[in-house]
Amino acid sequence: MAQPKPPSERPAAPQRHDWLSVLLQPVHLVMGLADYPLRYLQKKTGIGGMAAFFLAPNMLIFAIFVLLPLVINLIYSVTGGSALFLDERSFVGADQYRQIFDCTNYLDPMSCQEDAFWTAVGNTFWFVVLQVSLMILVSLITALILNRELIGRSFWRAVFFFPVLLSPVVVGLIWRWILQRQGLLNSMLYPLGFEPYTWLSDRTFAFAAVVGVSIWAHMGFYTLILLAGLQAIPKDLYEAAEMDGTKPARIFWRITLPLLMPNLLVVIVLALIKAVQVFDEVFVLTGGGPGTSTLFLTQYIYETGFVSLPRNAGLAAAASILMGLVLVVLTLLQLGIARKNENKGKR
Amino acid sequence: MSTAIAFLTRRKGGKFWHWTDIVTWVWLIGGLIVMFGPAVWLTFSSFKTPAGLAEFPPSLLPYVTQQVRVEGYEKPLPLFNAKLADGSTRVLAEVRRIGIVSQMVDPKAPGEIIKVRIGDREPVREISFATENYTQPFMQFDFFRYLWNSVFVTVTATLITLIVNSMAAFALSKYEFKGRNAAMLVILATLMVPLSVILVPLYSIISSVGLFNSLWGVILPTVATPTGVFILRQYMLTIPDELIDAARMDKASEWQIYWRIIVPLTAPALAVLAIFSVVWRWNDFLWPLIVLSRRELYTLQVGLSIYSGELNVQWHYILAMTVVTMIPVVLVFIFLQRFITTGIAGSGLK
Repeated sequence: MAQPKPPSERPAAPQRHDWLSVLLQPVHLVMGLADYPLRYLQKKTGIGGMAAFFLAPNMLIFAIFVLLPLVINLIYSVTGGSALFLDERSFVGADQYRQIFDCTNYLDPMSCQEDAFWTAVGNTFWFVVLQVSLMILVSLITALILNRELIGRSFWRAVFFFPVLLSPVVVGLIWRWILQRQGLLNSMLYPLGFEPYTWLSDRTFAFAAVVGVSIWAHMGFYTLILLAGLQAIPKDLYEAAEMDGTKPARIFWRITLPLLMPNLLVVIVLALIKAVQVFDEVFVLTGGGPGTSTLFLTQYIYETGFVSLPRNAGLAAAASILMGLVLVVLTLLQLGIARKNENKGKR
Repeated sequence: MSTAIAFLTRRKGGKFWHWTDIVTWVWLIGGLIVMFGPAVWLTFSSFKTPAGLAEFPPSLLPYVTQQVRVEGYEKPLPLFNAKLADGSTRVLAEVRRIGIVSQMVDPKAPGEIIKVRIGDREPVREISFATENYTQPFMQFDFFRYLWNSVFVTVTATLITLIVNSMAAFALSKYEFKGRNAAMLVILATLMVPLSVILVPLYSIISSVGLFNSLWGVILPTVATPTGVFILRQYMLTIPDELIDAARMDKASEWQIYWRIIVPLTAPALAVLAIFSVVWRWNDFLWPLIVLSRRELYTLQVGLSIYSGELNVQWHYILAMTVVTMIPVVLVFIFLQRFITTGIAGSGLK
């Protein structure tokens, strides 16, 4: 994980303009007035009490909005009915899970009672495999190119980073606009003799589009981390290799890739964690369609719990717990890799 | 000119161009087009009239057919370049179309009707930006409301995030107490719990405390970001403890130490977190979609997705609204991108 940087590398503090200090006047006043009751509190509880006071708001919000939901999720998944509040729900044991796993053939989603869930699982699986592998490949190539001696490197780095900042809704709309019947893609293919086609109504293409668009939207982030990793590789290693007349391909396989491996692993796991939860862009781009060809797990949970009538909070909770288990495994993997890297750094 | 080319194509060591240089520049220029092209295309499209949007193949710039007022006709008439029977071409205004024949008049001499086959005429076009795409939604769709909701959520959530996270980071970096590591572990563990896993129970908690259909229901669950605590704590660890000891000697209260010493010294990290938080909250979609079900409470993202999901998509408005939604992040990108990229490269967190 991150190490604090020496002061010279920190981003410069924002300049204190006059209007800023004017703007901060009332804030300072409020914070100054808050000192009187807090001084009293400090007298009563001592410095240790103040530590608790500083920690409390953050931990309280965590407890209410993250930890408590985790517990309640378990309760939801073992109760049934369409009621939202827990006291109106009846205990059903493992019925929700049984319903999910009720299949005659596990390789065929259509043979399951909850065929939508298994379709979503299958789609998510293929999405994760394709999106992560292609995106890491593209990010790695981009990072390698940006690591060359380049005029205006920070500009080019920014170019690839731009879509990362766009909201998923905007990303979805941009690409829906390009892929529609009178869109940019059709008008570029038209002179080549292709008739206009509604791309997003084609099951295969819609899936490919979802993968491509999400690579477009997120690759800049991973490129950035990989580039930071590449720049941390000592230059003298390359100089020595060059002096020995090593071929560039050999330099890549023997120096760059092994030394980048820790970063690469972290990036892969991060990308896996994000890909499993894919939702926003896809929801706007295809809405899960055509049919169920781009229905993914998060959308299944959202639709089961909030859209379909009657709402089935129990089933949605059970599905989200199953997804959570996958994510926990992935996160532990990431922490394990990070720890191993840290230990290596110490040696 | 030749020196310019020499400058642009120069390579370190004065070697000739290698094939990898060509790959590099193809990749970079291709990247430039692929990364910016779609957004630029959308922005140009947003200035087109509905008729211009329906055109195929589309033009990059927003063109409309020029119109003129002709004496004796109530409405302005569209102008065409018409090829006449004698082979000459004249600029005529179309009065009406009957089948494949168009009845046209000369705008300067409107008395005589000239019949032209529709295949023999081409519209006279000019560039015109349909700014009504931007002004109309403000009146028709509560667009201003969505904008205000988004701004309110973003600003409030960011301010609370900065205060709550910096207080927690202060406690976790500058105090020794039992359970400090446990608290840090809990915070890091919450990184593992993404929203999509706790959707249902979080919704029931928000409803039972009466925050369903309230902007506060959108704001509160997001403010205690583990990433924020982590970034700020790492930064505060580098602030020397002697400063705090000296302040205590001078009878400063712990609160004053936090507000007068720690917060100003952490300003750079706070700035990074503020930028992150603004982008996160502005772009949030799934959670507002669930919490907000009344139209007047929608944020921009929710409003956009709802309108674009309707049966009859009014693309000319949707595109303009999309551009407005992009503006804040584009500004962040232009002016503050440096802080974000160093923030990510330094901590590996998004």
